[in-house]
Amino acid sequence: MTFRKYLVLAGVMLFSTVGDTLLSRGMKEAGSISLQHLTSVFLVVLHPSVALGIFFLLAFFACYMTALSWADLTYVLPATSLSYVLLTIIARFLLHENVSLTRWLGVLLISAGVGFVTQGPALTHKRDGAELQQPSEALITEAQQ
Amino acid sequence: MSQLYAWCAVAAIVLASTTGDVLLSRAMKEAGDVGQLWHCHGLFITLKRVLSNPIFFLGIFAMAVAFYSLLFGLSWGDVSLVVPASASLTFVTNAIAAKIFLHEHVDRRRWIAALLVAGGVVLLAV
Repeated sequence: MTFRKYLVLAGVMLFSTVGDTLLSRGMKEAGSISLQHLTSVFLVVLHPSVALGIFFLLAFFACYMTALSWADLTYVLPATSLSYVLLTIIARFLLHENVSLTRWLGVLLISAGVGFVTQGPALTHKRDGAELQQPSEALITEAQQ
Repeated sequence: MSQLYAWCAVAAIVLASTTGDVLLSRAMKEAGDVGQLWHCHGLFITLKRVLSNPIFFLGIFAMAVAFYSLLFGLSWGDVSLVVPASASLTFVTNAIAAKIFLHEHVDRRRWIAALLVAGGVVLLAV
């Protein structure tokens, strides 16, 4: 695990938190959408908060896919669940919401889980290596065809 | 009755999002380290390599199914039941599915992490 890989994991949790927050704020500002006016679903993407939220969620998806290209699913998912912790901290200190003791306990459990998983290796080493092609080899054969 | 519908939606969300995560993880492992690919061959070839894999789009389709199940679930049940129940169960089912289908080495450390995070997500919603 290099510093850049930790940055990608940080990007996963940061972009998903910001994207979800913006999207939920934008959808509340835009008002409820009725089934009779389905076109308004397409128009709602023009709302600035929604558009920005979608942009952040696309960035999240790119980071998530990048992380999955070099780390196990069972590593990436718990490691990036710190976004729940981040969301609670934003709710408490930026939005001044009341955070109960049970929620802080939840934050503690998630942080402990993240601590556990990041102590271990990020990727399972395949013994035969046949299952995963080396990217450069595959590209060379692609180019030769 | 609506309680039953809500739990059916939770089951659908968990099943679809686990399938999606496993398929996307599989597709990205087949593509290889994206950072290295970009460094050696440029962005265009990296994108082409990822987007030419049908498993990638199957994964996105499963994620879309999960998203629409969530929308249905939210109309049938409470947010405080559907969202945390599906989110925390997904951590556990993903660990099981990754072990079976992706042959990941899910050791005791990863089981504990998955269970701690699942429990924490439930507590956040209480």
